[in-house]
Amino acid sequence: MNIPLKYHVSRSSRLSRLVSFITVLALILLLAVPLLVGRADRVLFGVMFLYLALASLWYLLAGYAGLVSVGQQAFVGLGGYMLFALTIFAGFHPLTAIAISGIIGAIIAMPVGILIFRLRGAYFAIGTWVIAEVFRLSFAQIQSLGGGSGSSLPVAIVKSLASSRQMREWTSYWLALGLVVLVIGAVYLFLRSRQGLALMALRDNELAASSLGIDIWKTKFIVYIVTGALTTLVGGLIFLQKLRISPEAAFAVNDWTAFVIFIVVIGGIGTLEGPIIGTLVFFALRELLADLGTAYLIVLGLFAIFVMLRAPQGVWGFVRSKFHIYLFPLNYKVERFREDD
Amino acid sequence: MDWINAIVQGVLLGGLYALFAAGLSLIFGVMRLVNIAHGDLIILGAYLGLTTTSILGIHPLMSLVVVMPLMALLGYCLQRGILNSTLGDDLLPPLLVTFGLSVILQNSLLELYSADPQKLNAGIIETASIEVGSLAIGILPILMFFTAISIVAGLQFIFYRTALGRAFRAVSDNQDVAQLMGLNKRHIFGLAMALSLAVTAVAGIFLGIRTSFDPSVGGGRLIFGFEAVIIGGLGNLWGTLIGGIILGVAQNIGAQINPGWQLLSGHIAFLIILVIKPKGLFPRISG
Repeated sequence: MNIPLKYHVSRSSRLSRLVSFITVLALILLLAVPLLVGRADRVLFGVMFLYLALASLWYLLAGYAGLVSVGQQAFVGLGGYMLFALTIFAGFHPLTAIAISGIIGAIIAMPVGILIFRLRGAYFAIGTWVIAEVFRLSFAQIQSLGGGSGSSLPVAIVKSLASSRQMREWTSYWLALGLVVLVIGAVYLFLRSRQGLALMALRDNELAASSLGIDIWKTKFIVYIVTGALTTLVGGLIFLQKLRISPEAAFAVNDWTAFVIFIVVIGGIGTLEGPIIGTLVFFALRELLADLGTAYLIVLGLFAIFVMLRAPQGVWGFVRSKFHIYLFPLNYKVERFREDD
Repeated sequence: MDWINAIVQGVLLGGLYALFAAGLSLIFGVMRLVNIAHGDLIILGAYLGLTTTSILGIHPLMSLVVVMPLMALLGYCLQRGILNSTLGDDLLPPLLVTFGLSVILQNSLLELYSADPQKLNAGIIETASIEVGSLAIGILPILMFFTAISIVAGLQFIFYRTALGRAFRAVSDNQDVAQLMGLNKRHIFGLAMALSLAVTAVAGIFLGIRTSFDPSVGGGRLIFGFEAVIIGGLGNLWGTLIGGIILGVAQNIGAQINPGWQLLSGHIAFLIILVIKPKGLFPRISG
């Protein structure tokens, strides 16, 4: 008997559909976290979400657009300072201020991008760091925001978020959760869009992509602006959690870039799952080694170097190459199935 | 008069920035490696100088006899042990690995020496000065400046007049062909990093004599060095010296207008040059 074979091209798989179901369940669970765990764990979750958002954005920038930046702290710090400036001077509600700061981030990213895109490769990377330094030194000049020593968010503004301290902390947790869902969702939809397809073509072969009519500069520029805007939003939330800002903390290259790169590389560059795994590994290490003090950073550095040299595709890349698991349906594959009837 | 003084001091300060930059320029020229840990290695040089002077009781400049070979050895081992395996078309591995080294160095120095600012005590030459007209020019800045000139001249000599320099240029032009001609590129890269860190040792000692330092200040030194390299043009060592001078002068002019603008005006001068001449003033090789 001749059974007709049919082929079809598919993005999703049974696993990825199962994962989206589990994701929905996990999100509901994460929404309820403030009710289920203590204060320390909730704070840890909040910080993890913000790092996951930063890592997903950096991964879009470096992994897909090939824009290896070591200056994303420029936008984190900008977001923080915009939150403080717009609430203190313009009297905006903190949430409005953060939303506006995202737009400001996009606007600032334009001239910065035009300037910095003149540099290539490694020099682009350090050029972005120079931009972050310019931001840091400029904000340190603004005496009304505390100059070099920084300032705290006035109590009245903090209270405008919610009257009780518990509700404020819960709100800031939910905001972090909402933002990370927004960021990962935006990155995912962007990669599945027409622009995303162009971006993946660029990643695989710039010459071939440009010969097919993709505008390399424009595609990368759009990614730079989108990540700049979203990173600024994350920065606003980070400093809404911290309630205190200083130029050193706002534009810290280690906190907002080095660790983020470690997360992406440990998790596995080139996959959307990578930053999630990387964030979990990073914070697991941090909690395990918390007693070591600064020595924990030495271990972290060694671990990141080890992963880069011995397993450059990262933890998730390793899993994926072994088991062919794709949690986010971003890749197409040909499937064959039999029709018996 | 203040302005002339600011410019003269800026030119001399440029010598120090050229010292920060020369090592970066060298390894970028030979193997296209950008070393994020370069600034922290400068600070390591300063701390090694501190330990050497306090153990042996010698002048910081004399400590170079110990610190330079130590740093060169570290450079060779680092290159052969770790950095060689990161080189390739992909930018990310060397970037991440040197970022990792930077975090490791900063925190190791923090564990060993604490966060307290330290300084190398060079005695009389720190304050001695000579009168030129109505200007008082410090002996130390002059010494720094002429050291920078002799190091750039020395590197230039090694590059264009010696067998080692020929090997550097060969692997820089085409690694595979150089390998076919019997050069061991891994060894050559090791030697280039050794030379780079020997220069870095000099930079670190002068930095330590001139200002106080702590484990966290490496990143800033890396940026100054990088800016000097880009302003001067990739692969051009004399250009790097001029880049350092432009940076130093810009900073001092900024500081003359407003003390808070010193570093900012250096960065802005760099960005302006980037707008006008993205390849730097005197480029030799393409990035």
